[in-house]
Amino acid sequence: MIEVRWYARAGQGAWTASNLLATAAVIDGKYVQSFPAFGPERSGAPMFAFTRVSTEPILIHSMIYEPDVVVVLDPTLIPSRDTTTGLKNGGVLVLNYSGRVEKLYEVLGINRGLYKVYVAPATELAMELLKRPITSTAMLGALVKATNIVSIDAVVKALKERFPGPLAERNIELVKRAFEKTMEVYM
Amino acid sequence: MLKPRVPLEEQKVMPVNGDEAVAYAVKQCLVDVVAAYPITPQTIIVEKFSEFVANGEVKTQYVPVESEHSAMSACIGAAAAGARTFTSTSAQGLALMWENLYIASGLRLPIVMAVVNRALSAPINIHCDHSDAYGMRDSGWIQLFVENSQEAYDTTIQAFKIAEHPEVQLPVAVNLDGFFLSHTLENVYMLPDEEVHRFLGGYRKLVKTYVDYLNREVEYKLDPANPLSIGSLDLYDYYFEHKMPQVEAMKKASDVVRRVNEEWYELTGRSYGDGVIDSYAVEDADAVVIVLGSSAGTMKYVASLMRQKGFKVGVVRLRMFRPFPFSEVRELLKGVKVVGVMDRGLSFGSYGPLYLEVNTAFYYSKERPLLVNYIYGLGGRDLSPAMAEEVFMDLIEVAKISEVREHLKFIGVRS
Repeated sequence: MIEVRWYARAGQGAWTASNLLATAAVIDGKYVQSFPAFGPERSGAPMFAFTRVSTEPILIHSMIYEPDVVVVLDPTLIPSRDTTTGLKNGGVLVLNYSGRVEKLYEVLGINRGLYKVYVAPATELAMELLKRPITSTAMLGALVKATNIVSIDAVVKALKERFPGPLAERNIELVKRAFEKTMEVYM
Repeated sequence: MLKPRVPLEEQKVMPVNGDEAVAYAVKQCLVDVVAAYPITPQTIIVEKFSEFVANGEVKTQYVPVESEHSAMSACIGAAAAGARTFTSTSAQGLALMWENLYIASGLRLPIVMAVVNRALSAPINIHCDHSDAYGMRDSGWIQLFVENSQEAYDTTIQAFKIAEHPEVQLPVAVNLDGFFLSHTLENVYMLPDEEVHRFLGGYRKLVKTYVDYLNREVEYKLDPANPLSIGSLDLYDYYFEHKMPQVEAMKKASDVVRRVNEEWYELTGRSYGDGVIDSYAVEDADAVVIVLGSSAGTMKYVASLMRQKGFKVGVVRLRMFRPFPFSEVRELLKGVKVVGVMDRGLSFGSYGPLYLEVNTAFYYSKERPLLVNYIYGLGGRDLSPAMAEEVFMDLIEVAKISEVREHLKFIGVRS
């Protein structure tokens, strides 16, 4: 079972991204759970969403405390301690980040080598293709590049189910571009 | 294994949350009337179902009432006129329905209601606990609790069959945990419409009742051609006698719940324990927890990890809370040393309602386990795997010293 924690600001589409990932995994024949940690529901407040993907039926119904993967949709959240809390050693961190990678570990406040870290310029790509800073689908593309957790084909199908025609096409383009632009940070 | 009549590959798998699963189930159940008022976390059920109505995908009469009191009133009227009816609510909405709950059961109207469990105010809270369901435990409704979104779909369909069974004729509440199920997307296998229709035997069938002034049996419904009074004044001369059939119907409900679970297994390949109790690794267990709802999944998961470490722990999930399966619980847990009863709600000044029932179940048996009541998860506080382990370890300690020092414990609350 792979457990993913999405970290975003309310309104950025973390729950949507989590549901899209789960839908894609169902298309790939996996068992899933996707749910948000609802707070006071203020737009812009930090929030979590969670996805479980497994080859077996999933029994557990608690929140995710020790994720295998963390995806951060908003660059201003990266310095927060909540970004890496509980992330398993050797886990994967996928960040919406377009700053200098030399500075990244300093911003994160973590030791090098603890996690596999991937970055994608999701805000720039979303502004270019959607004309708004909704980074959920871009970060889904980045997650797929970083983990191979679902197939890109399944993501495309999930997007077509979720969004009407032209919007689906723009988001598919965004997922593909984000997939290409996602890089592992080795330093 | 018997091959189900509709094999899994002929069922449509949908990624939906618990609320949507309920809405899709209701859509397939040939429901004549739905009257409901939206309240978090039940809202998605009502939203989704009213979409089906607006799109012409169902022929259901949807009554957008102005309160839950009216929702239940409309369901009572519709059911008394012979309709198959459904409603859904949570917390304060259920509390507002309260007086009408007794009327629905007292008039023997087989209404089905999804209760999306949420804490009662105050303080105001939208998240899951079972205080709403516990509040209606004496109202004469059958109360079923589900563990996951698939079971929410399955049980909603089953509920109509249970409620309308000629020997039952009682309203049924299908409880699903707010957010932990209502807003959690999972794989849900759905049947073709016509298979659900067949399972339910088409539209609602009415029972017949003998009417002296007509000198014949007529269908139990409000019908100008065969006039009946439903819900008339009934004082100390007859009220008591008229409550006795309700007692009898509740007794018969357990068997019907079990049989419907078996029929469902033959149809879909899915069953939930014997329909009444779903147990996990109880046979050789030294310590067992009893729990309702989605937390049972977390407890089973943690029990499986602890068994790998050599701890003999098990889980009993009660799928049916009313009628309460006293003898079944007693039989199943015969010889178990320690039982932890987990309540997501409590009766202030007393214990958790589930704990009280389990005590009653064991009072007359010679071999009584030690019982501990754990109150957990109020107001949506998550039951983490760490807390689940804490409960099991505490029970193992109780077993070791063969003594319960504290009967009422609170899990995961800051001091």
